[in-house]
Amino acid sequence: MNDNKKTYWKGIEQLSNDPEFVKNADREFPEFLPINGNSEGGGSSRRDFLKMMGFGIAAVSLAACEAPVRKAIPYVNKPVDVDPGIPNYYASTYTHGGDYCSILVKTREGRPIKIEGNSLCKITEGGTSAQVQASVLTLYDRERLGLPVIGGKDGTWEDLDKEVIAKLRSIAAQGGQIRIVSNTVLSPTTKQVIEDFKAQYPTAQHVVYDAVSAHGILAANEESFGTRAIPRYDFSRADVIVSFAADFLGTWLSPVEYSRQYSKTRKIGANKKTMSRHYQFESLLSMTGGNADYRTRIKPSEEGKAVVALYEAITANKKSDIEYINKAAADLKKAQGKSLVVAGSNDPRVQVVVNAINSALNNYGTTIDLSSPAYYKQGDDAAMDRFVNDVKGGKVAGVIFYNCNPVYNYKGGAELAEALKKVSLKVSTSDRPDETAAISDYVAPDHHFLESWGDAEPVQGYYTFVQPAITPIFNTRQAQESLLTWAGVQTPDYYTYLKNAWARRGVSGNAWDKALHDGILGARSASAGVEGDTTSLASTVTAAAGAAAFAGDVSKASAAINNIKGSGLELVIYQKVAIGDGSQANNPWLQEMPDPVTKATWDNYLSVSPKWASENDVKSFEGKCNMARITVNGVSKDVPVLIQPGQAEGTVGLALGYGRVNGGLVANGRGVDAYPFMQVQNGVVAYQVLSGVQVEVLSEVYQIAQTQTHQTYMGRDTVVQESVLSKYQDDPFAGRHDPKIATWMSEEGSVHPGALSLWKGHKYNNHHWGMAIDLNSCTGCSACTIACQAENNVPVVGRDEVINRRDMHWLRIDRYYSSDADPEDKRGLEIAAANPEVTFQPMLCQHCNNAPCETVCPVAATTHSTEGLNQMTYNRCIGTRYCANNCPYKVRRFNWFKYHDNGNFEDINTPMNNDLGKMVLNPDVTVRSRGVMEKCSFCVQRIQYGKLEAKKEGRRPKDGDITTACASACPTDAIVFGDMNDTESRIYKMLNINDTDGPDYITEKEILEPRAYHVIGEIGTKPNVTYLTKIRNKDIEETKA
Amino acid sequence: MTQNRPLTRVFLAFTLAGSLLFTNISRAQEADQQNAAEGTQQGTEQAAPATDGGLPADDASISEGMSLFNSNCKSCHKIEGKLVGPALKDVHKRAPSIDWIVDFVHNSSKVIASGDAYANKIYEEYNKTQMTAFPTLSRQQILNILGYIKQETDALAAAPTTTAVPGDATGQGQGTDTGIPASYMNIIMIALVVVLLLILVVLILITTVLKKYINQKGELEEADKEIVDASFNINAVVKSKPFIFLVTFISAAIVFKVVIHNLYAVGIQQGYAPKQPIAFSHKLHAGQYEIDCNYCHTGVRKSKNANIPSPNICMNCHVAIKTESPEIQKIYAAIENDRPIEWVRIHNLPDLAYFNHAQHVEVGGIECQTCHGEVQEMEVVAQASLLTMGWCIDCHRKTDVNTKGNEYYDNLVELHNAEGKGALKVEDIGGLECSKCHY
Repeated sequence: MNDNKKTYWKGIEQLSNDPEFVKNADREFPEFLPINGNSEGGGSSRRDFLKMMGFGIAAVSLAACEAPVRKAIPYVNKPVDVDPGIPNYYASTYTHGGDYCSILVKTREGRPIKIEGNSLCKITEGGTSAQVQASVLTLYDRERLGLPVIGGKDGTWEDLDKEVIAKLRSIAAQGGQIRIVSNTVLSPTTKQVIEDFKAQYPTAQHVVYDAVSAHGILAANEESFGTRAIPRYDFSRADVIVSFAADFLGTWLSPVEYSRQYSKTRKIGANKKTMSRHYQFESLLSMTGGNADYRTRIKPSEEGKAVVALYEAITANKKSDIEYINKAAADLKKAQGKSLVVAGSNDPRVQVVVNAINSALNNYGTTIDLSSPAYYKQGDDAAMDRFVNDVKGGKVAGVIFYNCNPVYNYKGGAELAEALKKVSLKVSTSDRPDETAAISDYVAPDHHFLESWGDAEPVQGYYTFVQPAITPIFNTRQAQESLLTWAGVQTPDYYTYLKNAWARRGVSGNAWDKALHDGILGARSASAGVEGDTTSLASTVTAAAGAAAFAGDVSKASAAINNIKGSGLELVIYQKVAIGDGSQANNPWLQEMPDPVTKATWDNYLSVSPKWASENDVKSFEGKCNMARITVNGVSKDVPVLIQPGQAEGTVGLALGYGRVNGGLVANGRGVDAYPFMQVQNGVVAYQVLSGVQVEVLSEVYQIAQTQTHQTYMGRDTVVQESVLSKYQDDPFAGRHDPKIATWMSEEGSVHPGALSLWKGHKYNNHHWGMAIDLNSCTGCSACTIACQAENNVPVVGRDEVINRRDMHWLRIDRYYSSDADPEDKRGLEIAAANPEVTFQPMLCQHCNNAPCETVCPVAATTHSTEGLNQMTYNRCIGTRYCANNCPYKVRRFNWFKYHDNGNFEDINTPMNNDLGKMVLNPDVTVRSRGVMEKCSFCVQRIQYGKLEAKKEGRRPKDGDITTACASACPTDAIVFGDMNDTESRIYKMLNINDTDGPDYITEKEILEPRAYHVIGEIGTKPNVTYLTKIRNKDIEETKA
Repeated sequence: MTQNRPLTRVFLAFTLAGSLLFTNISRAQEADQQNAAEGTQQGTEQAAPATDGGLPADDASISEGMSLFNSNCKSCHKIEGKLVGPALKDVHKRAPSIDWIVDFVHNSSKVIASGDAYANKIYEEYNKTQMTAFPTLSRQQILNILGYIKQETDALAAAPTTTAVPGDATGQGQGTDTGIPASYMNIIMIALVVVLLLILVVLILITTVLKKYINQKGELEEADKEIVDASFNINAVVKSKPFIFLVTFISAAIVFKVVIHNLYAVGIQQGYAPKQPIAFSHKLHAGQYEIDCNYCHTGVRKSKNANIPSPNICMNCHVAIKTESPEIQKIYAAIENDRPIEWVRIHNLPDLAYFNHAQHVEVGGIECQTCHGEVQEMEVVAQASLLTMGWCIDCHRKTDVNTKGNEYYDNLVELHNAEGKGALKVEDIGGLECSKCHY
């Protein structure tokens, strides 16, 4: 069985067996930690002790005298549908520029506290992303503007409207040009508002740009098919997926939707033993690249050539010397009509060739649907460029920045800021005094989307709605209402406007109520009228409608592409999964979310290949690395360096979204701003710099707060179990490490380690909660980490404390690099480190039935429940940390500080340190204090709530009623939670559980699913969390490196 | 004692039956008078009075009607006697028609506005107090309530002949409550003390006599004589080591006991009865007027919070009742100024403990009084229970799970019975586990 001879490592330091790492690895807490506070030096003296004791006694005796008087304050007039203690859910839609997700908002006592996916939506299908999960915290950001701003001072709406209207009218009277600048607008009604505005001011034009543009795809489709649109991709129908630097699971266009679709092709089991094959050609190791079966490292300058090579290999059987191109071509040809080729490039020429490939493979009409285009990115780089030039030329008299921040997130932001001085009227609707709002004359702050009304059309003919889940916290006004007011529309109340607009589209009365209730309207035909059944969007894709004649000029594009040349180092500018384009940079949850691949928090960095690092004598230890000065076209920035295995030689990478100046206290000064490095190439914004990149290594050392190398499994190495598809097809147990222990007690002479125990076992008469995690589905996106943080009031600790290994995430995603090379073969390992395989593994409390933590607690603060939970009782914990030491999975987290109401964490842990931020806390979960241990509770509050609902109705809970925050957030359904005692439950069937009766009414759960294993099961902990092996769709000969 | 029991029972039964008989007769008389009076009114105003035909009489409907009546109507109506609204006795006979009643319950103001004579008459009679609309009650539910009212009315009329039986039952209930009474224990104790004292006196007498006898004989040596004549030296005793040890030990023990006792009392607020901003009397509302707890504390059956009522619930009745009272003026002020009333919280659980009312009241079937004490007798509400963890755990150990008719527990009960360990207590289903209350 044990055919898994791979070497796994978490970071470079572990691979190279750095002596410092080895020393620290087996310690629960490294020695270098300061004991007292953040910066205090030295211990406390005898006097301090006496003082503290005196104070302590005084405090205790005072406290004993009289309990504080607490008030109970009911509503003055209780709203009918709000009952204190009972959550209400409202369907809404997360839109942020072109980012889209249909959601349910959980509110308690009228305040949103958690976001869940809306499973009715056919696009996102109940999935969410980390950014969507974290957006609820942005609502309670006290750095949002509370009042309209006039000339840098607080003003009133009346004054602002009066002045803006007067100026707009005078501009219009003189025939001056007015521009509305925005990111992608998904809302059809908002577009109508802009049209109304334009009708009032005929010189007004709407300029759309995107911080990360998809202009290339739009332009290419215009050239190829005559429609400027992003087609609707359907990864779920693809057997072969080839991606050229498109991080479609993490950041590209609509990652939640694509993750969902992708995961459907990656699930395997007894009834489905095939899965998609995924090729990734990219420079940096992206999250999507980490999931790929075959990954080729290419330089950005080779990206277009690789696409052309693939095209030629498919159409002309021309062999290419780029690794895996020929193999991909052969696979694609076999999977005609069931394959998908995508590219992240913003170069229309590259996209034309991609279109040609898909067209040659007959993918239009099956995996690509041009007839119902997606509207995720509508930015027009050329138009934006014209706008900037117009401003520079003094041709524009008035600009309204509708929820966008081009001074920060457009490539020529600094130039634009300078040029904007010439514009007489600058209005921003930004919710905070960001870089653009700071230089605007007027700021008319918009609501947060959870306070707004609205609609969205992510895909043509598919509508979802936005409804407020809270009354506006500040004196803000919906931006659409501002535009309508300035346009002089009679009823500027946007709700009425929206309702009327939909009434005109034939949705009113009950249909309108239902649409708001469901959050979706479902697919509608263009001619109006709601379709009765909205079962599947995909079903509307017909071959005839989806296919279109390809009319692009491939040879011209290929010729142009072949002329692209890079010289020296090439820079790739990319988005991180958490921070994205930086608009939510003031969100500490996202800042502290470890990047899925690098596991770095709170910073961006220059990622370099290990080879470059050794050539330049750059060494890294636990994120501690030299700084480097990167210079592109005269712009220089000092950045920390991070050595990234899997990165193409001759490339460096830098993430967008950092280096904010006016982002807020959390965001400001974190990392460096990469936008100034972006360039225009051939009329489009390029996210790569192909020449003229200079990197100079500085002597200064900086430590990036990385989490991955914090814990080790003490040399136990059956944590990840994996195999390849062909082996799995022959033997479902492929890749399994199935240890047995010799004993006289069994007839076979050996038993599973869990079967031998000092204890009698646990009796689960009622429920037996369990979780199954499919490593094949998990893409590492970390939506679960943030969902867990929001649900369980997990504190944010800040960069310094992450470096001190005191991160508090209850659920972490471990990222392992691996290769087949023999551990003794140093040369082989070095090659492997250049392009390793990647495995993502969500790791949380395993709720062991023989829990090592429970037996060592001196005060029985951690105990086992009759439902299989490993319970942690904070008020009993005295903080010995024995349990964390004894936990083989290293999932226990110790509160080194009081993270709430603590001045030291005020600008870091905002959800626990100001009254506004505290509104996001889940009132059903205790906010832990200093000195206690905490860990995953399997969302016991949700279990208790679900059980109580069932009891109130006098029934058993149905499978799916009760689920954990991580499982419900997962866009790929990788986490399944349920009652293993319920024979109808998904988890019971998925793990193929066989109940065997033991003595004392104890039922043993025997898991028969061949792929299922327990992490380090050989130590006999008998966890209630079960993992399913990772299966890669690789051919066997390729696995021998 | 056992001989006494039948006698007591008979006596009790007689007295109770007698008193009940008397009160019921007098009530029935009043009712008859009222009936007669209302009958004449009906005769003059309404040609075709409603009959009681079609009102449900089966037990299920009646019991549903009773619970609906208790939770919706009882705060303003009694079966007999005016409260906020008229007595409901024989309402089905009195009102123009059943349909009229249904319409009136659904939306009384609409009926009044329609110019209906009878409706307007009641409206005027009750100082233009508008009845709360119950649009959510179905026609059948209203019929069930009426069925319950009819049954109650009939029961009142038939009261004189039937009520003797419960009297007898009460007598039995009291008689069976036996055990060793405290007074007997006291008598035994006193007797013991007396006997011991007597023995002491006898012993002293004996030693004195013996001492005298020995001294008179005069045969003792010096040493022995000293022992026999030794006088009690209090100084020596006080300075003796055992005595000092004993005193130190006892005083230390007392101090220890007092400290521990007081430490356990830290944070315990049993009996805490703070002055509230409005002198609301539970004794009046819950006791005298028997308003269901659920009527004001709306969350108690569905939420973790029982909810302190918002002023709009007070307004259901106080829009018309006692409007001049200075206490009630405070409610009006709260509504007018849009400032919530800041009640002082009496029952304070620590933040680390999770308590859910719905679990205990709706699922567990626990009476409010079990934890909150006899609230209906409290002028000012005081914390009745300890609210310590030990108090919670104790109850979870003793209380049977309310499994009846709840499918959730079926399998649990079966498994528990298979193990044969007596009744299913809360502790048997994990009621003592940490994360049932702490998370």
